[in-house]
Amino acid sequence: MTYLKRLLPYLKVYKKKLLLGFTVIVFGAVFTNIIPFVISRAIDSIKTNVEFSSLGGYALITVGFALLSGVFLYFTRQTIIVVSREIENDLRNDFVTHIREQDLQYFHFHPTGEVMALATNDISAVRNFLGPGIMYSSETFINFIMALSLMLSLNVHLTLIAVLPIPLISYVVYRVGKSINYKFERVQSQFSDLTTRAQENLAGIKVVKSYVRENSEYEIFERESKNYQEKNMSLAIVQSFSFPMMFLLTGISVVIVLYIGGNMVIDGSLSIGQLTAFIIYLGLLTWPIIAFGWIVNLTQRANASMMRLCHVFDSKPEINDTEITDNNITAIKGEIEFRDVSFKYGTDLPFVLKDINLKIKNGETIGIIGHTGSGKSSIINLIPRLFDSVNGEILIDGINIKKIPLNVLRSSIGYVPQETFLFSDTIENNISYGNEKLDKEKIIAASKISQLYKDIDLLPKRFEAILGERGINLSGGQKQRASIARAIAVNPKILILDDAFSAVDTYTEEEILSGLRDVMENRTTILISHRVSTLKNSDRIIVLKDGRIVETGTHASLIQQEGIYADIYFKQLLEQELEKLD
Amino acid sequence: MAEEKEKKDINEDEVIGKAYDSHLMRRLLQYLKPYRWLVILAIVLTIGVSLATTIRPYLTKIAVDNYIINKDEIGLRNIILILFGTLIFQGILQYSMTYLTQWIGQKTIYDLRMNLFKHLQQLSMNFFDRNPVGRLVTRLTNDIEVLNEMFSSGIVMVFADIFTIAGILFFMFSLSWQLTLISLSVIIPLAYATVIFRKKVRIAYRDVRFLIAKMNSFLQEHVSGILVVKIFNKENKMKDDFEKINYDHTAANKKSVLYYSVFFPIVELIGAISVALIIWYGGGKVVQGALTLGILISFIQYAEMFFRPIRDLSEKYNIMQTAMASSERIFNLMDQKTIIPDPEKPLELKNVKGNIEFKDVYFAYIKDEHVLKNISFSIKQGEKIAFVGATGAGKTTIINLLCRFYDVQKGEILLDGINIKDIRKEDLRKNISLVLQDIFLFSDTIENNINLSNENIPLEKVKKAAEIIGIDNFIDKLPNGYQQNVKERGVTLSQGQRQLITFARALVYEPKILILDEATSSVDTHSEILIQNAIEKLMEGRTSIIIAHRLSTIQKCDKIIVMHKGEIRESGTHQQLLELGGIYSKLYQLQYKESLAQ
Repeated sequence: MTYLKRLLPYLKVYKKKLLLGFTVIVFGAVFTNIIPFVISRAIDSIKTNVEFSSLGGYALITVGFALLSGVFLYFTRQTIIVVSREIENDLRNDFVTHIREQDLQYFHFHPTGEVMALATNDISAVRNFLGPGIMYSSETFINFIMALSLMLSLNVHLTLIAVLPIPLISYVVYRVGKSINYKFERVQSQFSDLTTRAQENLAGIKVVKSYVRENSEYEIFERESKNYQEKNMSLAIVQSFSFPMMFLLTGISVVIVLYIGGNMVIDGSLSIGQLTAFIIYLGLLTWPIIAFGWIVNLTQRANASMMRLCHVFDSKPEINDTEITDNNITAIKGEIEFRDVSFKYGTDLPFVLKDINLKIKNGETIGIIGHTGSGKSSIINLIPRLFDSVNGEILIDGINIKKIPLNVLRSSIGYVPQETFLFSDTIENNISYGNEKLDKEKIIAASKISQLYKDIDLLPKRFEAILGERGINLSGGQKQRASIARAIAVNPKILILDDAFSAVDTYTEEEILSGLRDVMENRTTILISHRVSTLKNSDRIIVLKDGRIVETGTHASLIQQEGIYADIYFKQLLEQELEKLD
Repeated sequence: MAEEKEKKDINEDEVIGKAYDSHLMRRLLQYLKPYRWLVILAIVLTIGVSLATTIRPYLTKIAVDNYIINKDEIGLRNIILILFGTLIFQGILQYSMTYLTQWIGQKTIYDLRMNLFKHLQQLSMNFFDRNPVGRLVTRLTNDIEVLNEMFSSGIVMVFADIFTIAGILFFMFSLSWQLTLISLSVIIPLAYATVIFRKKVRIAYRDVRFLIAKMNSFLQEHVSGILVVKIFNKENKMKDDFEKINYDHTAANKKSVLYYSVFFPIVELIGAISVALIIWYGGGKVVQGALTLGILISFIQYAEMFFRPIRDLSEKYNIMQTAMASSERIFNLMDQKTIIPDPEKPLELKNVKGNIEFKDVYFAYIKDEHVLKNISFSIKQGEKIAFVGATGAGKTTIINLLCRFYDVQKGEILLDGINIKDIRKEDLRKNISLVLQDIFLFSDTIENNINLSNENIPLEKVKKAAEIIGIDNFIDKLPNGYQQNVKERGVTLSQGQRQLITFARALVYEPKILILDEATSSVDTHSEILIQNAIEKLMEGRTSIIIAHRLSTIQKCDKIIVMHKGEIRESGTHQQLLELGGIYSKLYQLQYKESLAQ
């Protein structure tokens, strides 16, 4: 239960409310448990032939106590369950706070689905422990004490007999619960295998059909399906067993009480009302006894979940401001230098950049070209410190980028990632994402440069149009242009475009580039592209191959070199010619 | 308003429909039919369980009135033994019934799932073009899972609840009808409170679900777009925006907590009122001698017992509602009839030679947007033909038609002079091996990926194919050899190796016709030579159709057909086409430059 200790600071915040909650539980339990006592008195009074009106009195007291216990029950839920919701809220906020700080590396190894599971399933498991878990366990505990002492006050001998099976019941519930958990997990894992097979079959349906494998696919799926059914049945055996078993055990204790108690009534050592009270108390105790085992399971689950959450809470990002950060740096100019930079994405993975030496002057425009996997994107990912280089150093304005505060560095860079990513928000909010205080004119200006404005003008809600699944769908090219507008809108010192024109046609590309020319004039610009047309006007073009710079020069000088660049260029010329054919 | 609509959208996949639809129900019950005797047995068992449960307070009454009050110790012992017997009896019956219903549920959903799977296998490619895989997987898994609950606990348990209520009412009325009416008079306010509560909670839950969906999509989006968040320095905005949604979510949850905090005490209060009424009215009657003490005590027990099945029934309502919605989606899928039909009297294919002919073929995926126009060509047995052309020229469509993934709209395709519409799809496809551009491997062993789990292809044959293709050395080095699962952690197959596996797959089926659809385009130069050799081996003695960007692969082909915008523009040998100086020669120059660049 070591990880659950980490919840203490969260609980402390709501100390008063929780204290009130526990007090209320005690009062609620008092009135709940006193009712059978009242009933026993009422029944005994019937036997002694009292006045009719005093029965009405007992009835009124029963209702009155039930009312009071109800009021306390209300406050119990309003305190403890509400606090569990509050802590869930705090925990989730803290989770997001930590997750956003993780390095990109973290997300490489933890897919989105895994992060989502932490934020939803694991936090829910912890909340279940905090809310129902704490409430029922304290209720159970207090009810148990109350009922036990009231039973003892009625008759010691009978009480001892009545509570005899209780430890056994709790143990059975605990064991059965454990076995159910285990079997349930096996069912879940088989369910995911079944899902995988279905998914693969449907994704590869063309292969299945062309090799006429429908029947064998059916057999394989049948096997998985059967296996799933068997695992479910193995769970069902235990599950079907658990409830009848619990009711049998609690039922047996009622029967024993009835027998021994009945005999005691016969020999006069117990009144009939007291016997009734005992039977009612046993009814009251049934739930707490069952709940006990359930709570133990709940706690174990919460502990496992809390452990996973603590991994996130405890993992500190490596890319962050440190003691070497110079907070006096509040702005940069834009000169970039790579000195003997090598980089790989993981310790046991191969180097993707090798001995990169490159100096980009302030205001210069650099083009980078090379085949897939040559290291183009890796080189530019190092500049905003999305990753840190393994060897060598990167300097901006002659200062090691690790000394520049991260927010200064990143807010000076306008970046158009290779994979366009827009939020399900309005177009306006997407463009002004990097700079929320941007006025409308600048947003419009940015959208004009990226040639998106005309498209926006055609939308019914224009800049207010919401993108994404539940909004409008932009074409790939439109999305890319929005992503360019977003980068320009930051008014960056360094502008990085990573294959930013792949989804727009060459004509639009030309238009965007000519619009960008003014923007690029006094800032350092890095253009990555597969297309020569994008780069040919750059001040300098570098060609990457297998993580190394193999050619450098202007368009004209590279053509003369007749190397990789020239090959790519001629190939693309031919392609254009082909396209023009009809 | 917009938010309301959004809420509706999000909940669309959930409960909105009716709890009972006779048409759907009839179809669902079809699946219970094979197990009808077991269902009936389960229902009989529930009668036993209900009887055993409801008789106990009655037996308690006898114990009190007849034996405890009369000080009859032997009688008491006997009635206790009976009580004990009913407990054991009930335990056994309840266990058998629960197990039986689970069994029936599992069997039926198994049948249903396999039925749906079989149906999906028969649907044409046209259907799969239109339906995302994710949605189909949900139908096969989650939607069917929902029905499990209905089959297992839904139908039979409804009977259990009804029988229990009936049993309680029977015993109560037989003991004292006046006291029954008085103690159960509280049902009216209880029903009223329940209806209001359910309504409120449903709305509250709808809000909660909406906000959970909102929260999840926010997280989903920001985690998958974390690069953009970081690069624009927006970690703080992410946190602030999330906190807002989270706050709303907590608030909505607190609202539903409030309803529960009110409802549960009210239920208990109503129960207490019922007990108070029994004490007040029944107690008075006992004093007057009109009722016995035992009756009074048993009524207190019945009052406690009565409310559970009523609460359960309202839960069953929810189960039925979700089940109806799911079954509607499942049956909609089952009713899809986009199947390419087999001929009623199929012609037998014997000793396929592999002569292929396209005669004036026209085809459009979307009406009137022809991707193939007036396509005619013929391939003789054992010939090697290549199709070249730019992306979207219609090369892959020709293959789709030849395999009859789609049917031509005009013209005909002949195999050995027989129209392919006159033979069974299975017979046609058995003679064709297709290697696709998108390499597809199952999360299964290498062996099963090569022979596609075909038991008629023994491991030796698989090994032989791997050897011919030239991947046997690599496979032998894997920790588990041919039994190595290709998607296990730590096993990384290069693109080239994956491609070679699909080649071995094509070879092991010994087709008369081999089709390679851009099968070499995604391979690094290192594997290129291996693959070249493999292709040569593959094509030996077969009619082969190759679609390739790399012209080096196809120079030796008997004929090259150049496609452009859905039409055949040039055809001839490599040399003839180069001399022609048309599209092919341009493409060739392009490739030549590319190979230089490598």
